[in-house]
Amino acid sequence: MAFDAQAERNFKVVGTRVLRPDGIDKVTGKAAYGADISAPGMLHGRILRSPHAHARIVSIDVSEAEKLPGVKAVVTGADLAQPEDDAFSDVAINCLARDKALYDGHAVAAVAATSKSIAKQAIRLIKVDYEVLPHVTDVDEAMKPDAPVVQEGRALETVPAGMSQNVTTHCQFGHGDLEAGFAKADKIIERSFKTAATHQGYIEPQACMASLGNDGRGEVWCCTQGQYMVRANCAAALGVEESQLRITASEIGGGFGGKTSTFIEPVALALSRKAGKPVKIVMTRDEVLKATGPTISSSMDIKIGMTKDGRITAGQGVLRYSGGAYPNATVEMGAQAAFAAYNLEAVETIGWNAMTNRPKEIPYRAPGAPTAIYAVESVVDELCQELGLDPLDVRLMNAADKGTLSSYGPTFNEIGLVATLEAAKAHPHYTAPLGPNQGRGLSCGFWFNFGGNTCVSLNINDDGTVGVVEGNPDIGGSRASISMMAAEEMGVPYEKVRTVIADTSSLGFNDITDGSRVTFAVGLATIQAARAAIKEMCRRVAKIWDIDEDAVIWEDGCAKPAGPNAGTHPPMTLAEIAAIAGKTGGPIAGHHEVNADGAGVSFGVHLCDTEVDPETGAVKILRYTVFQDAGKAVHPDYVEGQMQGGAVQGIGWALNEEYIYGEDGRLQNAGFLDYRVPVASDLPEIETVILEIPNPGHPYGVRGVGETPIVPPLAAIANAVSRAAGVRMTELPMSPPRLLKAITG
Amino acid sequence: MKTIPVETTINGDSTEFLCNADESLLDVLRDRLGLTGAKEGCGTGDCGACSVMMNGRLVCSCLVLGVETQGAEIETIEGMAKGEELHPLQRVFLEEAALQCGVCTPGILIAAKALLEKNPDPTDTEVRYWLAGNLCRCTGYDKIIKAVQTAAAEMRSA
Repeated sequence: MAFDAQAERNFKVVGTRVLRPDGIDKVTGKAAYGADISAPGMLHGRILRSPHAHARIVSIDVSEAEKLPGVKAVVTGADLAQPEDDAFSDVAINCLARDKALYDGHAVAAVAATSKSIAKQAIRLIKVDYEVLPHVTDVDEAMKPDAPVVQEGRALETVPAGMSQNVTTHCQFGHGDLEAGFAKADKIIERSFKTAATHQGYIEPQACMASLGNDGRGEVWCCTQGQYMVRANCAAALGVEESQLRITASEIGGGFGGKTSTFIEPVALALSRKAGKPVKIVMTRDEVLKATGPTISSSMDIKIGMTKDGRITAGQGVLRYSGGAYPNATVEMGAQAAFAAYNLEAVETIGWNAMTNRPKEIPYRAPGAPTAIYAVESVVDELCQELGLDPLDVRLMNAADKGTLSSYGPTFNEIGLVATLEAAKAHPHYTAPLGPNQGRGLSCGFWFNFGGNTCVSLNINDDGTVGVVEGNPDIGGSRASISMMAAEEMGVPYEKVRTVIADTSSLGFNDITDGSRVTFAVGLATIQAARAAIKEMCRRVAKIWDIDEDAVIWEDGCAKPAGPNAGTHPPMTLAEIAAIAGKTGGPIAGHHEVNADGAGVSFGVHLCDTEVDPETGAVKILRYTVFQDAGKAVHPDYVEGQMQGGAVQGIGWALNEEYIYGEDGRLQNAGFLDYRVPVASDLPEIETVILEIPNPGHPYGVRGVGETPIVPPLAAIANAVSRAAGVRMTELPMSPPRLLKAITG
Repeated sequence: MKTIPVETTINGDSTEFLCNADESLLDVLRDRLGLTGAKEGCGTGDCGACSVMMNGRLVCSCLVLGVETQGAEIETIEGMAKGEELHPLQRVFLEEAALQCGVCTPGILIAAKALLEKNPDPTDTEVRYWLAGNLCRCTGYDKIIKAVQTAAAEMRSA
């Protein structure tokens, strides 16, 4: 859908900072999240998890657990269906293991009981006979031909023969003559990098309440980024029909991609079917860290050539990602994103995914991109240092722009990278003085953004207000932005619009809340639905005025005659039209269904000053500024909020957060005390600069903004720390012990 | 397990409940009293989402046993607004977009109120250290710190 020619118009609602509609409930404690509802007769579910990194499940004896008073159902993997489709099958097996436990924390059985404490006692009575198998948790180890095999026969056809069976994905992107490119370089740097897996770290653990009858009809209330995704996964795992499951998304306490899959809902449904009662499951933080989320862990080699005046002549990367115990395609996005910020004559990225005995990777904000871009931006920074060049000037000289053949294939349309870099260069932060042990780093960031399948219904209420029904859980204020776009298009005040999120039985299919797609795609569909409703209102008014439909226009929330030839009818307001809808043909609504494309890629630039304590290896973030192209910032507060939140998650990834596995393959830091996410006292103010380079694919020029901001921090901080410490850091996180070791040699 | 009767005052109302000896105050509030504003983010006192006031002291309700609240005064997020009128912190959090998903918000509001009762004019650093026990994964804390300061200024001039 094209950008409006009238985009230069003065927006009345879009771009203002209105109050979000779900705000009062959220500041008063009334908002209902996943764990906040209960049902009469409800049972409490609890899941038994494997203590082994890799083990064959020889047998499971549930008889003692079943005998415990208060226990109403016990289920194992045998109680779930075996979907033929690999993706559904992986989800089902991840919810309850079948033949093997694939990682420390893999679910093997579950109980439902009349109280939490009985459920807790009951899982201890389940006897699982494990045959412990050799395990592998490191991606480089997992790729070796003699590595323990996590799953057999899962490699895609693209993987060459003779590799470890753990290697499931191979991909390659790029163009141009690498050899010729490197021959033109005055300086070539080749570096290897490693990054630890990190968790999305949403504060609300997964929670659901589910009810399923033996007639196959069921209801689920859960915190998720996509109720339709939950429906599909549950239907496949339970062997029931989608039409018979109604999934309602609760308020969601953070997701960041981590709630784009299903972990507990099929288990709760299976328990409910067996017990004949609703079952609630709430994960503990330990379970969340062991068995949901994390992002990929990576090992990467990057080689870049540069002329002495800063022109990049060639770039090459090999990425080895592990998405845990299942096949995973995140490396494809990393390989595509790695060099996206640059206009290159010769570029190649090769990606591999290897399975390890770790939990199933779940997308985390711009999945695959932060690590790949971290490695590339680190090498670019080191080249600038070696050649004595300004890192911003070098990026400007090589920046991708409109017409650039991107490193992953498509030719870019209007993009905001150059404007974003120029804004960073002009900002006082870039030239502020630095003290001893301090360093400044910068990095570009990129994300594709996504559109996807979207349904919106927009109802004109009889009192002249507007109801929008959409199907994407609101993860950071999207109900406000959707209402704003509806109000803008209808010409009514924001307060006259209410947007609600439908359950799966009340609206057609919607893709999950991911890919920074909601404000773009749901917004686009809302605008189209509004236009459909307006068209219908104009048609009704034309009938009343007895003139041609084309002779009625919509302006400022009113139908008006298009010109003098259409007569001198006084304008009819939306409320007046709505009040007599019953007499002009019945209720008035607009709807739109689309698989939206044209999401418009997004670029950001982050500037960061750090101070390194040479005695402890601790890093302090002194100053941090985020520059990002938002296309059009519908609600600037929440755009800034995405930029700040993403930056801080990236700071955590760069400095502290990591999955630490012992020799035994067990996760050693499954709690917020040891898996340390940034706290308020770790951080300075996060300054933001929003740029608005309209996306040609949206009527208001909107681009997704949610994911790009987690991409640049890894390299921005690594570059700042490397410059401050005088040693190039090539492994994340740069935790104090690791940095101290690098400083002291 | 035999339940134990406990008498407390919650948000100014005298409240009696029965609970097991091993039940946390958080579980009592959420499961027995229907006060689900306090959230369980970790159950180990690391995230602050379950913050409530107990006898004027900021506590993680996941680390307090229900039976320990015998005779205590408890304040939760449900008691923060007076009828329709939001507490200045609640209103400013809303006006300044200091929340995204909102699940940490009740705990942060309770903690921020406790700070301002102790120290009506904190520095940014003092706000940041006071709130270091409350994890927020959405906002990067920036707008939270600013909102606390706006509310503090408003409360000082009131």
